[in-house]
Amino acid sequence: MSSDTTRTYDFLLAGIGGQGTILASNVLAEVGLAVGFDAKKAEVHGLSQLGGSVNTHVRWNYERVYSPLIALGEADYLVAFEKAEALRYAEFLRLGGKAIINDQVVLPLTVTSGGEAYPTDEQVKAVYAKLSDDVHFVPGIQIAKELGNAKVANVVALGALSNFLPAPKKVWLAVIEACVPQKFVELNQQAFQRGRKVSAEW
Amino acid sequence: MKQLMSGNEAIARGAWEADVVVAAGYPGTPSTEILENFAGYPKAYAEWAPNEKVALDVVVGAAYAGRRAMAVMKHVGLNVASDSLFYASTTGVEAGLVIIGVDDPGQHSSQNEQDSRRYGKFARIPCIEPSDSQEAKDMVAVALNISEQFDTPVLLRSTTRISHSSALVNLGEQMHVPPTLNRFPRNPAKYHVAPLYSRKRRSIVEERINLLCEFAETFPYNLVEWRSENTSDERAQLGIVTCGVAYQYAKEVFPESPILRLGMTYPIPPALVREFASKVERLIVIEELDPFLEEEIHLLGIPVEGKSIFPKVGELNPRIVRRSAMQVGLLPASANEPVCALDKPPVPARRPTLCPGCPHRGVFQVLSKLDLVVAGDIGCYCLASEPPLSALHTQGCMGAGIGQAHGAAKAGIGEPMVAVIGDSTFFHAGIPALLNVAYNQSNVIVIILDNRATAMTGHQQHPGTGFTLQMQESPAIELESLVRALGIERVTTVDPYQVWDVEKILREFMRADGPSVLIAQRECARLPRAREQWVVLEVAPEKCRGCARCFSIGCPAILKSDELDKETQRPKAVIDSLQCVGCEVCAWVCPWGAISFRDQVEGAHDE
Repeated sequence: MSSDTTRTYDFLLAGIGGQGTILASNVLAEVGLAVGFDAKKAEVHGLSQLGGSVNTHVRWNYERVYSPLIALGEADYLVAFEKAEALRYAEFLRLGGKAIINDQVVLPLTVTSGGEAYPTDEQVKAVYAKLSDDVHFVPGIQIAKELGNAKVANVVALGALSNFLPAPKKVWLAVIEACVPQKFVELNQQAFQRGRKVSAEW
Repeated sequence: MKQLMSGNEAIARGAWEADVVVAAGYPGTPSTEILENFAGYPKAYAEWAPNEKVALDVVVGAAYAGRRAMAVMKHVGLNVASDSLFYASTTGVEAGLVIIGVDDPGQHSSQNEQDSRRYGKFARIPCIEPSDSQEAKDMVAVALNISEQFDTPVLLRSTTRISHSSALVNLGEQMHVPPTLNRFPRNPAKYHVAPLYSRKRRSIVEERINLLCEFAETFPYNLVEWRSENTSDERAQLGIVTCGVAYQYAKEVFPESPILRLGMTYPIPPALVREFASKVERLIVIEELDPFLEEEIHLLGIPVEGKSIFPKVGELNPRIVRRSAMQVGLLPASANEPVCALDKPPVPARRPTLCPGCPHRGVFQVLSKLDLVVAGDIGCYCLASEPPLSALHTQGCMGAGIGQAHGAAKAGIGEPMVAVIGDSTFFHAGIPALLNVAYNQSNVIVIILDNRATAMTGHQQHPGTGFTLQMQESPAIELESLVRALGIERVTTVDPYQVWDVEKILREFMRADGPSVLIAQRECARLPRAREQWVVLEVAPEKCRGCARCFSIGCPAILKSDELDKETQRPKAVIDSLQCVGCEVCAWVCPWGAISFRDQVEGAHDE
């Protein structure tokens, strides 16, 4: 666990509408604040229809965060909740940064009824290999389904990320409790713990 | 107490703390959450008006009555409200009046980019701009104070990046601002803008701007930040004038340079700018969209650069600011420039599409089949222009489609003209346009896509839903009688899931003489009541021939199966059970009867 007080922690979260990208970024920003960072969060999305590409920027800094947006190539951590989205936003990861990619595929209409191709795992890996050797696929959707709700795949990925950040587990669990509706708290906390276990072995 | 808040949440909080008594607006991304949040505060009164002009008139009335008031809209909504903005500038107010206008640099969800600061100058009212959520909250009270001190409406301009970014905000208590009047003012010399009165107001308005210029000189949100290195008398190499979110980018990209951050962007403080300029070798402006501050500084006779360095088009971000500065030598060319052109395979686009079960889909499937030309409007249905439906051919602004269709018909285009408009958009700006069709009679077919909500911005209420913003019951305006009252005789209401009925009626309308209106009425499939009726349809693989007709309706729930049809060697269709809601449009278009209808699925489950 690194806790360098001079550096910034810049996170890019990428997913599609309905995957809980914004919830995950809320948790991340609140955790940063809870452990004493300044934090900002920016949501970047277009029209609010289902299935659109959504990305959020979260920044932590011990002194002060200025820009809510991260510059291309400067994200220390990139968390993608879907594989094509991982490819779409790959440029945001700084050289040597950490990428956590949820092993989930959601086919866009341009693939299902259009002529466009969905990237293969090999293609995604090859692109990330140019950026970093700290790139990890997380079986988020599989774990989430085991827990009985595919929607918590985002929190599995967040759990995997949590091992590398200067915030204790109890803070994460408390923030999750505050951020999700009461009846889903336990489910989300379980998803978080499972994700944490996954990355403990990296 | 501190809380993480988006700019929009912060503005709502600021309005509540500043004791705003009446707030009104119309939904529009990126401004919508302001009024939604404000409406949730104890004893707050907020309403969705049918359009932004009405909203502004409502809050002007409240401000004339001596109560603090706030109007909320996106930039194009401010265009709609602009007529009212100008008279309100002329009359001034009795109590504070703030207009929140949210611009959308980068057009994340808007038909244009426009710089609303120009409305400050155009209408001769002050414009203030926050740089983060804290200021977004605090500046509501600041705006209301300025409004009361200078007897003027105040424009508080935000942008998508301020409104949709979250940062820590120090919360305050609610202040109590007593009404300034007990009875409505009887003062036509001020509040009646006939020339005999308003001519006298002209010079008052101009003098007001002069007074505001003086006020701006010491306005605490106009900040000069000298960096520790250049506190001496020595002139700094570079000085930056900036505002809004661009201030944050300037701080990040130019940590060593002195900054003049203007919290009031109209009018600018002449002496402060002159003094700052005199202490730097080179003066630049970093601002999003128009060269607004740049022009104002030029008018003071001060040499300044801005848009010759930084782009005028699109949203700024730290990278664009840094690269632009590097290109003109303001920053050294960086050796560790991040990877910018990553060689990667094409990523399939996720264009916004009509959702599975969208009640608009069936209508556009028929319009596409009949090869009709369709004038569109603002709402979810604007997405029908995309392949495979490709059934929408224009989109202008709120309410434009009906007038366009009428004009093309009057021009003798020689093919039937169709206009489509949503229910909320119809209430907003479609009524006068349809009245015109009835009055001047053209063979236009108007389809009102009535999905019982302002859907695109997140299912807000409107005059047809039977509920107010604060979920009070109200009379639901009935569209068919309204349309008849406007003078349209041929009106039919249809369930758009009944695709054959839609086609039959449209074919009748195409043969008829004079205007026709089809009301395609079914609630948005994402609304709670519609969700209760979701059913997943199925494809019978033995009947599917891989003809791809069902793909032509552009439904995200219809996928290509791995199985190929033996004869055609084309993939069969399969329905994604996680996405399908059972609208049956695919079942209607399937020539092979391979897709189940709802009763077949439900029947099968009953067995």
